Amino acid sequence: MAKPKVALYWCASCGGCEEAVVDLAEDILKVVDAVDIILWPVAMDFKYKDIEAMPDKSILVSFINGSVRNSEQEHIVKLLRQKSQLVVAFGACAHLGGIPGLANVANRKEIFETAYKLTHTTVNPNNVYPQPVTEIPQGKLTLPEFYDTVKSLDQTIDVDYYLPGCAPPPDLIMKGVLTLLSGNLPPKGTVIASEKSLCETCPRNKTKPDKMVIKEIKRIHEVIADPEKCFLAEGIICVGPATRGGCGERCINANIPCRGCFGPTKEVIDQGAKFLSALASIIDANTEEEAKKITEQIIDPIGLFYMYSLPTSILRRKQGV
Amino acid sequence: MMNENFEPKIIGFMCKWCTYAAADLAGVSRLQYPPNIVPIRLMCSGGLEPSFILKALQEGADGVFIGGCHFGDCHYQTGNYQTNKRIAILQKLLEEMGIDKRRVRLEWISAAEGTKFARTIKEFVEDIKKLGPNPLKKEA
Ligand code: SF4
Ligand code: SF4
Ligand code: SF4
Repeated sequence: MAKPKVALYWCASCGGCEEAVVDLAEDILKVVDAVDIILWPVAMDFKYKDIEAMPDKSILVSFINGSVRNSEQEHIVKLLRQKSQLVVAFGACAHLGGIPGLANVANRKEIFETAYKLTHTTVNPNNVYPQPVTEIPQGKLTLPEFYDTVKSLDQTIDVDYYLPGCAPPPDLIMKGVLTLLSGNLPPKGTVIASEKSLCETCPRNKTKPDKMVIKEIKRIHEVIADPEKCFLAEGIICVGPATRGGCGERCINANIPCRGCFGPTKEVIDQGAKFLSALASIIDANTEEEAKKITEQIIDPIGLFYMYSLPTSILRRKQGV
Repeated sequence: MMNENFEPKIIGFMCKWCTYAAADLAGVSRLQYPPNIVPIRLMCSGGLEPSFILKALQEGADGVFIGGCHFGDCHYQTGNYQTNKRIAILQKLLEEMGIDKRRVRLEWISAAEGTKFARTIKEFVEDIKKLGPNPLKKEA
């Protein structure tokens, strides 16, 4: 019997999700034995036209990482959707919009100006910016169109499953791959991770006092965090209460608070608003002045509450830009 | 640019015990205030999830009004203290999101303050008229 065909693709990605696949180490051999990889631009040479020539739904599963921010990415993911039985959003960027999604505090014009003009290492006296089409004597040169707004994968195509995390941890990747290959499919839309919040499995949870009260918000680089105590109870922002568990408490174990890369738990649509609510409830402030004062200590609420999920939040982007 | 015909749509989240009762009082006292507010009764302002406010704005509400009991008067002891802190943080988030924080207004209005309710809504509608339509409003 022919091996099932699998595609791996990257959109607006840092490459970390590709690295995570390589990090499967010996386990990757099991996967490679079981499947026929027909597209993996980071590691192997393929032509898009070969994919175009394939019959519809002839790929068993496409694993797509990175968020969608230009027309080429949009085109390829739509193509993969057409050719695949299953599509998995792989990693926080595809799942939630991810770190590249923070670009939604700006627009194309501002981003181009920063990247192609304002940075100290850029010399661009003629203000040359990337254009989708450039006419030269020899013909037309084209580049993908760069969009104003970064999107998650499911804002562009239908997605069957999600492998969360920045990047997804190896055990979850293996679990996901083996589940899909087994043919015993979970319900559509399943996020392959825990159904509980990170706090529930966090080893520091038991150090939380019965009634958490914080009088000030400390930033992680300003303090030496106690390696045993709950970050939040110590006044260090930790998004654990609003984050889906299943990562193995990777950051916590490195004495770094959670930044929410697994996204919200099942019932929650807006991870940032959920966290905002949890944070507000433990702040010690009994007057409007006190509330304003401690709020001033929250530097960059978008970056803290939506580090990985701005494109899939209710507001999706900064307005008026 | 101010559109003379702009009639703001305002969603009001009001607690049953104080501000909603004040709205009732304003009604039975026949106090005049603009009809731009769509009231939603909550058991307590402290039960208002911040995501509801974001959702109202995302759906095109020009303003969101939240009314609760004065400090010390919450039927559930501390609900309004929670509201106070949440709205403070939410307003900071809205500013960073490019949405004028004055579109979200929190007031403490007791069941006896029908006149304060009518006056506050009048003021809020005027303020929102000055701010203009919500930039998130979808084209009709
Ligand atoms: S999820 Fe993280 S590791 Fe994966 S592409 Fe995005 S930023 Fe990189
Ligand atoms: S807030 Fe952070 S440190 Fe505290 S229990 Fe939750 S995940 Fe652990
Ligand atoms: S601790 Fe939080 S940010 Fe770190 S890997 Fe786990 S979910 Fe992601």
